[in-house]
Amino acid sequence: MTKNINITLKVWRQKGPNVKGGFETYHATNISTDMSFLEMVDVVNEQLTLDGKDPIAFDHDCREGICGMCGAVINGRSHGPEKGTTLCQLHMRHFSNGDTIVIEPWRAKAFPIVKDLVVDRSAFDQIILAGGYISVNTGGAPDANSIPIAQEIAELAMDAAACIGCGACVAACPNASAMLFTGAKISQLALLPQGKPEAANRALAMVNKMDELCFGNCSNERECEAECPKEISISNIARLNREFVKAGLVSVVK
Amino acid sequence: MQLDAKIPSGPLAEKWDKHRFELKLVNPANKRKYNIIVVGTGLAGGSAAASLAELGYYVKNFCIQDSPRRAHSIAAQGGINAAKNYQNDGDSIWRLFYDTIKGGDFRAREANVYRLAQVSNNIIDHCVAQGIPFAREYGGLLANRSFGGAQVSRTFYARGQTGQQLLLGAYSSLMRQVAAGQVTMFPRREMLDIVVINGQARGIVVRNLITGEIESHAADAVVLCTGGYANVFYLSTNAMASNVSATFRAYKKGAFFANPCYTQIHPTCIPVHGTYQSKLTLMSESLRNDGRVWVPKIPGDKRPPNQIPESERDYYLEEKYPSFGNLVPRDVASRNAKAQCDMGKGVEETGFAVYLDFADAIKRDGKEVIEQKYGNLFQMYEKITASNPYEEPMVIFPASHYVMGGLWVDYNLMSNLDGLFVMGEANFSDHGANRLGASALMQGLADGYFVIPYTIGGYLAGTDRPEITTDHPAFKEATHYVTERTRKLLSINGKRTVDDIHRQLGQILWEYCGMSRNDEGLLKARKLIQELREEFWKNAMVPGSSEDFNQSLERAGRVADFLEFAELLVIDAFERKESCGGHFNEAYQTEEHEARRDDENFCHVAAWEYKGDDKDPELYKESLVFENVTLTQRSYK
Repeated sequence: MTKNINITLKVWRQKGPNVKGGFETYHATNISTDMSFLEMVDVVNEQLTLDGKDPIAFDHDCREGICGMCGAVINGRSHGPEKGTTLCQLHMRHFSNGDTIVIEPWRAKAFPIVKDLVVDRSAFDQIILAGGYISVNTGGAPDANSIPIAQEIAELAMDAAACIGCGACVAACPNASAMLFTGAKISQLALLPQGKPEAANRALAMVNKMDELCFGNCSNERECEAECPKEISISNIARLNREFVKAGLVSVVK
Repeated sequence: MQLDAKIPSGPLAEKWDKHRFELKLVNPANKRKYNIIVVGTGLAGGSAAASLAELGYYVKNFCIQDSPRRAHSIAAQGGINAAKNYQNDGDSIWRLFYDTIKGGDFRAREANVYRLAQVSNNIIDHCVAQGIPFAREYGGLLANRSFGGAQVSRTFYARGQTGQQLLLGAYSSLMRQVAAGQVTMFPRREMLDIVVINGQARGIVVRNLITGEIESHAADAVVLCTGGYANVFYLSTNAMASNVSATFRAYKKGAFFANPCYTQIHPTCIPVHGTYQSKLTLMSESLRNDGRVWVPKIPGDKRPPNQIPESERDYYLEEKYPSFGNLVPRDVASRNAKAQCDMGKGVEETGFAVYLDFADAIKRDGKEVIEQKYGNLFQMYEKITASNPYEEPMVIFPASHYVMGGLWVDYNLMSNLDGLFVMGEANFSDHGANRLGASALMQGLADGYFVIPYTIGGYLAGTDRPEITTDHPAFKEATHYVTERTRKLLSINGKRTVDDIHRQLGQILWEYCGMSRNDEGLLKARKLIQELREEFWKNAMVPGSSEDFNQSLERAGRVADFLEFAELLVIDAFERKESCGGHFNEAYQTEEHEARRDDENFCHVAAWEYKGDDKDPELYKESLVFENVTLTQRSYK
């Protein structure tokens, strides 16, 4: 049932990457429980604007959980308390009247803060350009049905490919590791026959790049899997490890 | 001035091959001397930037988001069409061509659409090679499903995330070229002006959204892939940042804007439920494969859906269109939903909603099969509405979703400005007055992977371009214009937020230029838009500074453009005295309330030229010539 609630927000405000930030308190009143979390922030921002104050900067775009642009740590949890949900798909019906909600940006050395809740996630692009692709030029592909792929394999690849690159896994991990993100891409491509020729090279290059960018290691905390809005399984990290070890041991690529 | 579409002569099926042979080629060693700017990284922009770089051109690629992987193509759910005929159900290039032309209510160019159908098959081949995990049958071959406006099963899909997977494929190819040094990425940049020198597009001026710095970039050609303007309605299924600014600035620099009144209202979206609402969410058309649309037979029936017996339900699409049923094209489905609601048969508190019911499909196929097909869509629906579509029917209502109108381009996808290419949703070319489902992905990728790599070479090899740098006065002038406008926006200092004004603009358009239009309403809308625009420049409140990450300023610039563009949209709607596809003027309808075209007087593309802020735009007409299909009243009965 729709109802209206009043809540208190403690929001991380930071003017720029090298400026000291801190929490500011705002009161959001008469918030419909049908609102999405970001619509609630819109309402707060409208009021801040009318009051002559600087609205809260936050990234968002599609508002249907697929672009991966939005994300913040809500009461200590990436994208908030609901499982398998991006921040834009989190609705206020999951909060109660009188709640205090703490909102912080992703915190990781590899994701410097741009402003308020906005962070720079270009490190993810760097990992992909190290090898997260299949080297085919446009124009030379054989007929799409020339290589059958077992349905289970295609589905497993799709499970991994569902990653939206939001960075919640990094924010959730005590080591700020990007293993789930990297593992998902390595898995997707290693599972498919089209991705096999470059699998070894890819695993080595992407993992090395990840380390170089100051992401931490995986110590099996499983926080990433718990907070991933697309529920990407940590079995993808296991597959990353297998691909990496295999590449290091037996491959002709070094 | 005569608009020349440069359609090659000869039989339809041979035009593209012939044209490719006739286009001049750029020697591989020379390609690396050419700089190409691609604005946008969606399916069209990403695929174009990657493919052009693979050929050896040096590409600068710009996007508004923090990463090229986030362009709004990512949100496309249902699928991508191709004429593979893997299902052996009678499909062919010719049939895909015909369905698309007919679906567009005979308002697109035959030659462009035929080419689109031809290259559709190459797209699927390429995407599979890129590692896109399309849905497959148990035997390992690719699966298909059906979409509106077609009686064959030709839609390839990756669960309900086809756009995401195709976009990430294009993105991966793009990243490979970035790694190779062929593409330089410029994320978080917004194009604010285009630079035209000697009649040729030679560069752009962008704002760095983090620092606020205005940057100039020069090139041999500019390719705009900046998407559509459905957000002119404020509420739409588009992403929040989707806007008209890039194409509108090009229009103001002389590029013609074609058919702006062709907007698509998608029939299956989650209905509006509050004034705070920031966007609408689409429920993929693929759901109409298994979902049945109905309303109660008795107007005002307030019983919950499962207490309404079969005999008192009106499955109005199945009744009225027995051969296509729930899979009629989008414009037809939307108008019928509106008609039912206008009769008082709408459901929910607002009365602006109809049911999309899966009970029969679940009974027939089992919950598991339905879950496998639509699981993520059902989950998304439940998250937003807190209602479980496995147990209760979905409630849906039409919403602004896509635009067929865009910058005018010729067969080479070049605008009337030399060197300015426009692709994907940003151009007007392939969908006529209504786009069929699963055709947007096809068109974006066709343009980027398989058309522009050939046609841009023809342009570059066939024209002389003086050496220029960003020191050229034209860049200074554009930079000055952009800086001045930004300063103006920040100095209005009024009392209304930009979102509030945008919301009002949306209401005006939805009311008078939405699913149905009439002359009186359009005239009224035009006046209201002018007044609102005036208010914006007097009373908008844009906080912050220009030298900062300032999202309020970004939005203000986009809304200022929407306020100008909206008037063009209404002018175009007023001029088109017929109904066709998504443009429905109440004065022109058949006895059965279907759109009635006027082929004698309106079988043309309406292309508008900007004449100045205080003057009406000038209309140019490109006649549409149909040599291969017979124009008929569309029937889906």
